[in-house]
Amino acid sequence: MATRIVARKLEKRFGHIHAVRGIDLEVPAGQVLGFLGPNGAGKSTTMRMITGFLEPSAGTIHLEGIDLAEDPIRAKRTFGYLPEGAPAYPDMTVEEFLGFIANARGFRGRDAKDRVERAIGRVNLQSVRRQAFETLSKGYKRRTGLAQALLHEPGILILDEPTDGLDPNQKFEVRELIKELGGDRAIVLSTHILEEVEAVCTRAIVINMGAIVFDGTPAEMESRASRETTKNRMDAAFRAMTTGDVDARTSKGTRR
Amino acid sequence: MNALQRTAVVFRREFRSYFQTPLAAVFLVIFLFLAGLFAFNIGGFYDRNQSDLRPFFQFHPWLYVFLVPAVSMRLWAEERRNGTIELIMTLPFGVADLVIGKFLAAWAFTTVALALTFPMWITVSWLGTPDHGTIFVAYLASALLGGAFLAVGAFLSSLTKNQVIAFVLCAVACFVLLLAGFPAVLDFLRGWAPRGVVEGLASTSALTHYESMMRGVIDLRDILYFLLVIAAFLVLNIFAIDWKKSD
Repeated sequence: MATRIVARKLEKRFGHIHAVRGIDLEVPAGQVLGFLGPNGAGKSTTMRMITGFLEPSAGTIHLEGIDLAEDPIRAKRTFGYLPEGAPAYPDMTVEEFLGFIANARGFRGRDAKDRVERAIGRVNLQSVRRQAFETLSKGYKRRTGLAQALLHEPGILILDEPTDGLDPNQKFEVRELIKELGGDRAIVLSTHILEEVEAVCTRAIVINMGAIVFDGTPAEMESRASRETTKNRMDAAFRAMTTGDVDARTSKGTRR
Repeated sequence: MNALQRTAVVFRREFRSYFQTPLAAVFLVIFLFLAGLFAFNIGGFYDRNQSDLRPFFQFHPWLYVFLVPAVSMRLWAEERRNGTIELIMTLPFGVADLVIGKFLAAWAFTTVALALTFPMWITVSWLGTPDHGTIFVAYLASALLGGAFLAVGAFLSSLTKNQVIAFVLCAVACFVLLLAGFPAVLDFLRGWAPRGVVEGLASTSALTHYESMMRGVIDLRDILYFLLVIAAFLVLNIFAIDWKKSD
């Protein structure tokens, strides 16, 4: 299957802070990639570079074969993005907001209306469609953000903490939705919740201090936990990889 | 979509957003009220016994000093505060589409406010026989001045996520832009500064260009001045967004 996201040797410096240190990433169609790592590890920064919000200090990004630096507008058509916290305009209703996104994606008139309808149906926003965004509950806000991201049926979905701050029922719903969306898409999602990776992801990457320290399947990740651990083996593996325990850092990661 | 269509999408959202909050109503009422108050009470619209709109236009620069920042302060600061800047910067727009679309929406809004003062024109036409050409040029000057202030304000708004800071910076900048051509300031300088400096300073002032147009004289240099200020600050705005988008 086609490789939808290719990132090579990504670097990002903010002044003296070296936030991302040489990340290489390839995501083929049909893969749901879980992006893990402690706060401040560089997950959001990496996603913001892949979506063109931040410019990398070094490295290249290709989305569906389009060079992001060379043709940013065409590259930005290839993906849907849910930024951290699912931001939207507080005074717009769900319908108006999605209408704006449809126009921004180049849909007009009937076409735009159909797209908005489909997106609303897809994430069950019917009951709040005429409500202003600021009056929505966290769960509906997140769903509006997802509707916005998948409105143009992109081949790539990039979701920054899609379930953060949701209650268990809402988390379950969003996960089910992500699983449904999988199919032929390349999905990258970041999360703190390790069970989420087991539930929806086909591949897991752990980032620590700006570099990849693990890259494999969720099952492989679990097997990294020491043999004595019986409960929460994912958590144990995660801690071993990200708390500076050098032995836990692995062969596949690009350690610097 | 070409750049024009993308800019139009940004423009439509932005222009509508004024009317989704009380901002539009509050701004329009205060602008119309103050414009009238100044013209009649301070400008002596009736007492002058002349059929022109000088007393009305004469106060526009000072009205704009604190009303235009109220419109421009939110342009970018609010996007940063809401986090929507990350959304619009990752949609298939260019930075120029966003900067120009937002600016034009704000300008269209203040121009609507200005256009709603048309009863002044009707009144003066009914009471006497004004020079309609002069009034039209004065309206054009007022719209251009508003545009120039908005471009300054949009740029300053892009530097901060705090709307109050954006407001104060813009008000001060616009005030300085006017003051450079204020007679009292120029007279003070004439006492000791070389003539060239005084005239150079006066020609950078928005007030000098505004007043020459207000008299009904269409001088290409005046129009060019306003368009150059707008263009220069929009370019600065584009650079500022590229440079500071993640803060």
